[in-house]
Amino acid sequence: MDSTFVEKILAKYSDLSEVIPGQIVTVHPDHLVTHDNTAAIIQKIKPELKQYGIYSKSFPIISLDHVIPATSEKTAENHKLIREFVKTYNIKNFFDVGIGICHQLVMEKGLALPGKLILGSDSHTCSYGAIGAFSSGIDRTEATSLMLIGKTWLKVPNSIKMNLSGKLKSRVYAKDVILHIIGDITASDANYCSVEFHGDISQFSVDNRFTIANMGVEMGAKNSVFFVDEITKKYLNSIGISESSYDSIKPDKNASYIKELDYDLSDIVPVIAAPHSVDNVKPVSELSGLEIQQCFIGTCTNGRFSDLKCAADILKGKKINKNVRLLILPASRDILKKALNAGIINTLIDAGGILLPPGCGPCLGAHQGVLAPGERCLSTANRNFKGRMGCKDAEIYLASPATVAASALYGKITDPREVIN
Amino acid sequence: MRVWRYGDNIDTDMLFPGKYVYTCSILDEIIPHLLEDLDSTFSKTVREGDIILAGKNFGCGSSREQPVIGLKAVGIKAIIAESFARIFYRSAINQGLLLIECPEAVKSYFIRDEIEFNVDSGKIKIGGKSFSFPTPPSEIIAIRDAGGLLAYTRKKLKNK
Repeated sequence: MDSTFVEKILAKYSDLSEVIPGQIVTVHPDHLVTHDNTAAIIQKIKPELKQYGIYSKSFPIISLDHVIPATSEKTAENHKLIREFVKTYNIKNFFDVGIGICHQLVMEKGLALPGKLILGSDSHTCSYGAIGAFSSGIDRTEATSLMLIGKTWLKVPNSIKMNLSGKLKSRVYAKDVILHIIGDITASDANYCSVEFHGDISQFSVDNRFTIANMGVEMGAKNSVFFVDEITKKYLNSIGISESSYDSIKPDKNASYIKELDYDLSDIVPVIAAPHSVDNVKPVSELSGLEIQQCFIGTCTNGRFSDLKCAADILKGKKINKNVRLLILPASRDILKKALNAGIINTLIDAGGILLPPGCGPCLGAHQGVLAPGERCLSTANRNFKGRMGCKDAEIYLASPATVAASALYGKITDPREVIN
Repeated sequence: MRVWRYGDNIDTDMLFPGKYVYTCSILDEIIPHLLEDLDSTFSKTVREGDIILAGKNFGCGSSREQPVIGLKAVGIKAIIAESFARIFYRSAINQGLLLIECPEAVKSYFIRDEIEFNVDSGKIKIGGKSFSFPTPPSEIIAIRDAGGLLAYTRKKLKNK
């Protein structure tokens, strides 16, 4: 029987010859990703940790990224507790404050590979589908259980096939593609499904695929995935991983899908997700002129070198509008260094940007750019829920780095195609 | 029993704002902020045995355990929705919070309708009308019967 990507990988990890949608299987993931919430996870199982230890020291990947550097005694204490845990159990993959966002690091450090299965107590764990891994989010309690026994259950999901054809127009980016798709399919219509991207994907770099896979959860997907091609191989090679060290799983030709959707990429224009849901998607031109007080370029969705470069290309030699604050947040230390060496950080600071340390920053509303009532933020993040950036009476709009940079110049929402370099 | 009615796409920021996630971990800290940005009356007036009735995609967004733990602790008997987001759904299994997915039942509800259900048979009665909902597979019943995922894992470790 022909199988989809998720059917193949879940069969492989449950030692079965084949599986079907709806079937419950037991899997041993390759890794468990946790972040600041590791503190809450280990506090649930203090006696068990003492008695049984952890499943394996190379199993967890822990990064301090959500509220860094600590903002209060409580968050500082949590970080301390995590550092002690890492030391006690000799955990191999630990990234302390300032190294980067967990999802970026999992990709950068080659911890996610094609054909691997990774779970994490963060909803954007689905990002690693960018290079052909199966990855999905779980909650803290399940992460706790995994930390002890290294296995859990998964339901084999149905699969959705997205056929992407045609070439993207100038100043239209991966972010516009995924927002356009979510606007079409809605925030719930891929619930529990595995979303596969097919078609003319050679125009998307691994960075671009990361942006798209990252937002799979915003349409409800369990995982989203691109299949290994020359671009994936070249990227993995650049971080020192040879083709012989991974398993390129691809769906069979006659695999069955519950839905197939076709998108002509040449039809897509710059778009924005307006408050307060990610599927409330409109062309930038429809919101053009709306005043904004904060612009934010960063996060696990759009905090990579290519995103910062795209913004710098638009802002080079210019100043942002005086009524706007522009927050810049590289997704990792390596990205920050690369952007520094390329002069990109200088350009962004000269334009009026404020540099934040690599981490999640203002995305989750705990610090570093909380909004006031009545304010609007245009952000490259992945969520615009009410209250997301710390204030329920503020508004969050989501767009590509180019749209955010162009809008920062004028202090109002601006179509990036109208800005001349 | 009272019924709290909400619409589609009730996200995790509405259920428990992100700004409290890394500072509130015990029940006394969690409960006052439950549904804070969605319904400011909820945490003050919710009572043991109340039911939440919602539309599509309840619990979408982050991996956020506080709302699940909090709703269970204040005595929410069940959340009946047209559909649930998957991380929230798994989290509810892990904590033993009852979720019932039944779009027809949600759509047929009128204010002050009586709600009765039987989890084992997968039957729900709303305002005199009966509907069926899928019952969980045996793997999930085993987690529920153990008293949640951690209790289930502890049992497994002991029997190892």
